[in-house]
Amino acid sequence: MSRRVLLAAALLGSSLAGAQAQDKSPVKLGAIEILTGPNSRYGVAIQRGFDLALTDINKAGGVLGGRPLALVYEDSAGAKEQALNAARKLIGRDKVPLILGPTLSNEMFAAGPVANERKVPIVGTSTTANGITAIGPYVFRTSLPESDVIPVTLKTAQAKFGIKRVAVMYGNDDAFTKSAYDVMKASLEKLGIETLTTETFGSKDSDFSAQLTKIKALNPDAIVLSALVEAASGIELQARQLGIPEKVFFIGGNGLNSPKLGDIAGKAADGTLVGSPWFIGKPDAANQAFVNAFKAKYGGDLPDQFAAQAYDTLFIVAKAIDAAGAPEPEKIKDALIKVKYTGVMGPFSFSDSRDPADTSGVVVLVMKDGKFQLLQ
Amino acid sequence: MLEQQLVNGVVLGATYALFAIGFTLMFGVMGVINLTYGVYFALGAFAALWSTQGLDLPIWAALPVGALIAGLIAVVLDTLLLTRLRKAKAPELSSLMVTLGATLFLYAGMAAALGTEIRRFPAAVFSGGAYSLGDVRVGTTQLLILGAAIVLMLALLALVRGSRIGLAIRAVAENPDAASLMGINGALMLRVVSFLSGAIGGAAGVLVGLNFNAIQPFMGEHMMLRGFAVIIVGGLGDLRGALLAGLILGLAEVLTAAYLSSTLKDMIAFALLVATLWFRPLGLFGRAAAKRA
Repeated sequence: MSRRVLLAAALLGSSLAGAQAQDKSPVKLGAIEILTGPNSRYGVAIQRGFDLALTDINKAGGVLGGRPLALVYEDSAGAKEQALNAARKLIGRDKVPLILGPTLSNEMFAAGPVANERKVPIVGTSTTANGITAIGPYVFRTSLPESDVIPVTLKTAQAKFGIKRVAVMYGNDDAFTKSAYDVMKASLEKLGIETLTTETFGSKDSDFSAQLTKIKALNPDAIVLSALVEAASGIELQARQLGIPEKVFFIGGNGLNSPKLGDIAGKAADGTLVGSPWFIGKPDAANQAFVNAFKAKYGGDLPDQFAAQAYDTLFIVAKAIDAAGAPEPEKIKDALIKVKYTGVMGPFSFSDSRDPADTSGVVVLVMKDGKFQLLQ
Repeated sequence: MLEQQLVNGVVLGATYALFAIGFTLMFGVMGVINLTYGVYFALGAFAALWSTQGLDLPIWAALPVGALIAGLIAVVLDTLLLTRLRKAKAPELSSLMVTLGATLFLYAGMAAALGTEIRRFPAAVFSGGAYSLGDVRVGTTQLLILGAAIVLMLALLALVRGSRIGLAIRAVAENPDAASLMGINGALMLRVVSFLSGAIGGAAGVLVGLNFNAIQPFMGEHMMLRGFAVIIVGGLGDLRGALLAGLILGLAEVLTAAYLSSTLKDMIAFALLVATLWFRPLGLFGRAAAKRA
C-alpha cells in the first residue's frame, strides 16, 4: 500500500471516528504500587502487568470508542501513610475516576477508606487479607482471598492423597499467617480431617526442632503450615533433617507460594502443596500468549501471579469503563460489579461483596526439584 | 522422643551459649553493655556468605573469614563509639544509649545496603547431612555448633586464665588505672577484647546462619534478647556461667515446646531472666563482677 493511500485511510478513519465521539483525550486512571524499597518486587511486577495490558488495550482501540487508557503511577514504598497520601493526590489533583492498588493489604486499609469516602472506586489486585472489601462499597479486589484458595488446596490433598490425620503449624505473631491458620482450621474441620496437634512459632524463630520432633512422634499424613516463606523454608529443612519422611508432605497457604521456598529449602521442599490463583505453566492459549508477550516486553523476565492478576484487572476495569459509557466514578462502580470476563486467571466476576466470585481458576501446585509445577 | 528433644535443646542451648560468651566477655572487661554486639552476628554471617560466593572458599575457611571481619569491625566501632565516653568517664547509661543508637543506625544501613530478603549459602557449601543413632538424629552443622561452642569456650578460658594477655585483660577489667600504672597498655587490651568478642559473635552468626541456612541483617536482633537472658542468668561477665545458662535456656525452651505448649516457649527466657534477678542477682555462680572475666 502506498504512503498516500495510507494517509487517506487514516484521515478517513479519524474523521469517521470523530463523527461518533469528539473526545480523543486519554482516560487517566491512578495506580498506587510499591515501586521502591524492599517490597518493590511485588509493585514492579504489578506495574509490568498493568503496562502490558495497557499496550494491548490501546492497540485494540482503547476504551469508550477510541479513547486511549493512561495510568498515573504513585509510589507507596510499602508505607501505608504514603499510600494514603497517594490516594488523596490522585483523587484531588489528578481527578482520576478509579484507582488501582495499593499493593499490600495494610496499605489498602489506609487508602481504601479515603477512596470510599470520596466515592472513587479502588481496585486491589494483590490484597488478600480478610476484611478488605468490608471497608465500603467503592472498594473492590480481583485477588482471591486466602479463605477461597486454602480450602481448594486442602480438598485436593484429601481427594488425591487421602490424608486423614495432619499436624498444623503456624506463625502466631503475624496477622497474615494467623488469618491463614484460621481458614485452615475451619476448612480441616469441614473436611473431617483430624488435627493431631497444633504447634506455633514466632516469625523470627530459626529453631523449630522441638515442635517438629513432637510432630514426628505423632506420625501424621501431612503437615499443614501457615508461615511466611523464610520460616517455611527453615521448617521444611529441619523437618527432613530430623528424619520426618518425605511422604509426610507440607500443605501451605499463600506464604509458601513463592519460588524462594525451593531456592532456600531445596530438596527438603519437594512435595509441598500450595494453591494459587494463577500459574505460569497453565496450558490455555490466553495464558501462554500472556506469558510470551510478557517475556518479549521485559527482556525474557517471567511474569508471576502479581503480574497476571494486574494484567487481568486492567482488562476488567476497561470493560467496566466501556459499560459505564463515561469515565465517571459512580458509573464505573456500578458497571464493575456486573463485569464478566475470562482472562489468564480463568473466569472472573465480582460477588455481591466485591470479591472474586469464582474459584474455578485456582490451581494446586506441587514442588518438585525445587520448582512448583501443576499437580497432575 | 525425649532423647531427640534433649539433643534439640543442647544444640539450641549451644547456639545461645556461643552467642553469649562473646557478649559477656565484652561486658565483663569493659563494663559496658554494648548493644552493637547483635550486629556482629549478622556481619559475620554476611562476610562468610560473601567469601563462599565471591571468593569460592569452602565453609571451613569462610568461618574464620566471617569471624575475622566481624572482629575487625567490632574494634573499629568500639573505638569510634566509646573512646570519648571512656575518656570522659561517662555513666553507663550514656554508653548504653550510644550503642543503642549505633545499633539502630547499623541495622538500617545493613538493610539498605544488603536488602532484607533472606540469603542462603550456596547449595554446594550447605551439604547438610545428619547422623542417626537409633531414633535420634543430629545434623552435621548442629555438631559443628556444639563443637565450636566448646572449643571457643575452652580457648577463651585458656587465654583469659592462662596467658599474659589474659592476665593483662583481667587487670584492666579489675582496675584500669592501676593496670596502666603497672605498664599495661589498657587501650590495646580493650581492642583485643573487642576483637575477640566481635569475632566470637561473627563465628556464632556463621554457624547459626549455616544451621538454619538463612542470613539476614536482623538475625542478631532476635538473638540479643536471648543473649541478655543468658548473660543475666549466667552472671554478667561470667564466661562459664554464660555457657551453662545458654544450655539451660535452650533445654528449657525445647522442653516447654515439647511437653507444655509451643506458644509458651518464648515466655521461658524472660521468666528465667526475671527469676534470676529476684533470687540470684549475681547469676548462677554468684561472683562479683570484677572477678569474673
